Parts: sequence; C-alpha cells; structure tokens
Amino acid sequence: MITKKDVEYVAGLAKLEFTEDEKEVFTKTLGDILEYAKQLSKVDTGSVEPTAHILPLTNVYREDRVEPSMDREKILKNAPEKLKGCFRVPRVI
Amino acid sequence: MLHYMTARELSERIRNREVSAEETVSSVLGRIEKLDKKIGSYITVTAERALEEARRADRRLKEGGSLPPLAGIPMALKDNMCTQDIPTTCASKMLENFVPPYSALVYEKLQRAGSVLVGKTNLDEFAMGSSTENSAFKKTCNPWDQGRVPGGSSGGSAAAVAAGMAAFALGSDTGGSIRQPAALCGVVGMKPTYGRVSRYGIVAFASSLDQAGPITRDVRDCAFVLNHICGYDRRDSTSADVDVPDFEAGLGKGIKGMRIGIPSEYFGEGIQPGVRDRVTEAIGVLEGLGAVCDEVSLPHTDYALSAYYIISSAEASSNLARYDGIRYGYRAEGCQDLDELYIKTRSEGFGEEVKRRIMLGTYALSSGYYDAYYKKAQKVRTLVKKDFERVFKNYDILVCPTTPAVAFRAGEKTGDPLQMYLFDVYTIPVNTAGLPALSIPCGFADNLPVGLQLIGKPFAEQTLLRAGYAYQGSTEFHKEHPQV
Repeated sequence: MITKKDVEYVAGLAKLEFTEDEKEVFTKTLGDILEYAKQLSKVDTGSVEPTAHILPLTNVYREDRVEPSMDREKILKNAPEKLKGCFRVPRVI
Repeated sequence: MLHYMTARELSERIRNREVSAEETVSSVLGRIEKLDKKIGSYITVTAERALEEARRADRRLKEGGSLPPLAGIPMALKDNMCTQDIPTTCASKMLENFVPPYSALVYEKLQRAGSVLVGKTNLDEFAMGSSTENSAFKKTCNPWDQGRVPGGSSGGSAAAVAAGMAAFALGSDTGGSIRQPAALCGVVGMKPTYGRVSRYGIVAFASSLDQAGPITRDVRDCAFVLNHICGYDRRDSTSADVDVPDFEAGLGKGIKGMRIGIPSEYFGEGIQPGVRDRVTEAIGVLEGLGAVCDEVSLPHTDYALSAYYIISSAEASSNLARYDGIRYGYRAEGCQDLDELYIKTRSEGFGEEVKRRIMLGTYALSSGYYDAYYKKAQKVRTLVKKDFERVFKNYDILVCPTTPAVAFRAGEKTGDPLQMYLFDVYTIPVNTAGLPALSIPCGFADNLPVGLQLIGKPFAEQTLLRAGYAYQGSTEFHKEHPQV
C-alpha cells in the first residue's frame, strides 16, 4: 500500500534522504504500521469531534510586556557556526 | 546499604545527622563507578558537581542552618531534560554536543528542594522507543537479567533506581515511557495528569502527550518527589492552573470501600500467563484491603495504539523540524546551499527510529492523507477518552497490568517496529486521554518483575497513591532488589 515512490516523496517533505537499502526498510516498516493503523477506518466516527488536546484550553494569552531575553553570547554558544554575533549559514542567494 | 534506602529514609537520616549528605552521594557515586559499566544507565555522570553540592548541604547543617526537604538526596534525570551547563543529548547524535543555556523547570524545582543531580540517564533517542535500544550512544541492561532490556524510553532512569545508582529519578512519559520501564525494572513510576508538571525545558516529542514524572523505590517516595515537581508554570502554555495538594497527606487512609474497575480489554489475548496471574493476585490483595472490584469495559482500547502512533508521530515530525543544523546541534559539513544543509544534517544526525516517526508523521499530515489518518486518529482519541470518562462515573480507579509481558531479550524486537509498538498497548490509552497512572511492582514471572498499573481520574493522583501505598503496606515486592 505504500511504495518506494511514496517514501521518496515524504522524505522530500521531511528534508531527509535515504540510501536504496534504507528506502526498502522504510517501505516495508511504514507499510506494516500503516496497514495496522487501517483498523481505524472500522471505527464509526461520523458525529465525533476530534480531540487535539485533553485540557479544555483555547488560547493562552499573556500581557504584551517587554521582558529581558537571553544573553546573545549564551544563545550563540551552541551554534555550529557563527559570525559577528549572528548564526552563520551557507549562501542562500 | 545507603544506596538502597528510600529518599524519605535518607532525608530523615541526613537531617538527624546520622549520615552526611556527602556520604550519601559518595555511596551512590561509588555504586555507579562499580556497576554502570555493566548496566549502562548513565550518559553523563556529574560526580564532582554532586559532591560539591553535598558538601555545601553538610556545611549548612553544621552551621545550624535548615535544609530543604530533599537536601543531599542523589537523583538522576533523563537526558531529555535541560540542565544548564550540563550536556543534554536526548541520546541522539543530533544533540551530542548540546549544552543547554537554561534548565528545565523540573530541574530548577528539584535543585531548590535540595536534591543533588548525580547524572543524566540513557533513553531511546528523543524518547522514541520501548527498550532504550534506540540510544545513539549505549545499551542499558535490565538489572534483573542483563540479557534483557530495561524497557523504555526512560530505561536508564528505571535501571538506575533499580540498581541503587540513584535514590530516585525523573522520566518522561509520552506513551508509557515512565511506567513501562518502571514495571520491567521492578520499581515505582508515575505519569501525572497531563498539565500537572511543567514541560518547560523538556525536549519535546509529542506536545499533547508528553508528561514528566518520578521513578522511585516505593509509593511514599513517589508522593515525596511529586510534591516538588508539580504546579502551574506560565512558561508552559499547557500547564494546568489547578491546586496542588500535599501528596503525602492522607497516604495512609486506606482503601476501604474504594471502587476499582478492572478493564477486561487489558486481559485479552497476548498477555503472558504469569503477568495475568500476578495482577489477578494483586487485585485479590486490594479486595482484601476493602476495595470493591468489578469488571468494566473500555471498548476502544484496541484502537488507541493506532491513534497514538499517528498523533504522536505527527506531533514529532513537526517538533523535530527545529533540528536544522543552524542554531544548535549537529551540522553536516561541506554543504553548498541551505537545502543541502537541512537534508544532510537531518539524515546524518537522526537515527532510524526517529526518522521512521518523522516519516510516519509527515505522511499522516500530508495532503490527501490528513483526513484519513490524522483527523481520524484525533476522533478516535475522543472515543478513547470518552470510554474512560464513562467508567470513571462509577469507579475511583482502574487496575490492570502495566505491560503484557515481562522484560524481553535485547535485540528481540529491534527488527520489527510494529511488535515493539505493541508492547506499549496497556500504557498508551492513558496518555491519549491525559490521565494519571501509577505502576508498582506486584511480583515476578520467570524471575522478572511484573508491574501493576493503577489509572486515575484527571488530577486524582492522590487516590492512586493511596491505593498504591495500601498495597505496598501489605506486600514486600517493592523491597526486593536485583543481584547485580
């Protein structure tokens, strides 16, 4: 039910790439899992509302107040590459 | 035997100056030094820091100062909880060198209560797994049989508590990751109600399901630790703004007249006979203590697992999009453009199971499949939740096994992800409905620990603890230790 082409397509969406061997493993294991999950179609959910969250929450707002943010040095400490107080990335344009 | 004392006992002894905080912490560090080569619970051990903190507590006591309740108690944290200036890896190559610039709220709170961190424990990468075999760094053994898994994903935390390498530990539970390893390692584990404990600083897996909780030697300790980690936190927008009771108060009230439901779906085919027998005996013990037990039905149980894997993977695929090699974490080398950087970084940094969940989640959310999978799963989630609401109109708690079988052999399920997922069939519905649940040891099958699961109404952790405490008052299983 899920093909190697599907795996390649979804990998593209998820920004992942696989070797040919990995594609085979994922086609098989994702296929097994989705086949199992097909049982959901047996459940009558015609008039059932979806649950995204178990708490009766809608939006949680706070006052729009300026607060101190984390120190720039601290934030950049884990950056793989940085330059002049900024994150450094490969050429974009 | 300081290393097998409960946190409660240690706390009293330290205050009464029968033992120093330094002796307590040293004894556990010595135990780690001696045993962890075999067990593999820890990714990072913070020995020097821990001894320094312990000495500070001793000095304070000597100078006549008062100590906070958990002063000098050695604890372990799962390595997906941010600890400022201490590496937090999530057992992933992606975060191998990540040193958080801030701490999770649970760590801040436990530090304030005086507890001493001895180390960060192993887990399935990003908490995705049921055996701790998905760690990028090491394997963790079950202390009761080193050829078997400790369960997962909080396997390092559960094995550490079981082997006397921490007085208590914290784990996180998205589909059973506290209760399942606690059951397999013969210790106590609780997943509190969703929203009870702040998720601030705990690396996100599936945000509508994740919840942190204690792994301890007995139920009393579970209440003791829970007292210090719960409460509203404005930095977690799903944190519940509800009163936090004293979880230790009323523990000893007994369970006379407590109405207990026994969900028949949790005793179906696939359950190991030894597990069924131990759980049935435990129900007998609870009845002997005055509880009234009846069989009940949760008809959508069979579907909870599928709904869970769709929902949790969908949320994971979105949460893990942040690992792009730019602000922190692993970055692939020699990439020419941004797209290549994303793809190479993620493909090299994530392990197989994490990729599988990202793929499954991305598929379920993708155009054309969203309604059939994701939305359908959310509707089934509603039905699973309603099943529980219906039985909880007439019952105080539900009692069932934590897992369908005892700890399995290392490598037994690694080639078949679906079989691995099915091992969590009894713990997953609880997360889907956001309920609190407790796993306590209830004996042995094939010389391996069996876990009894107690499920409660939202925010009724006290009722679970009272039942667990009553059970442990008339049984000795929680006092058994593995021969390591």
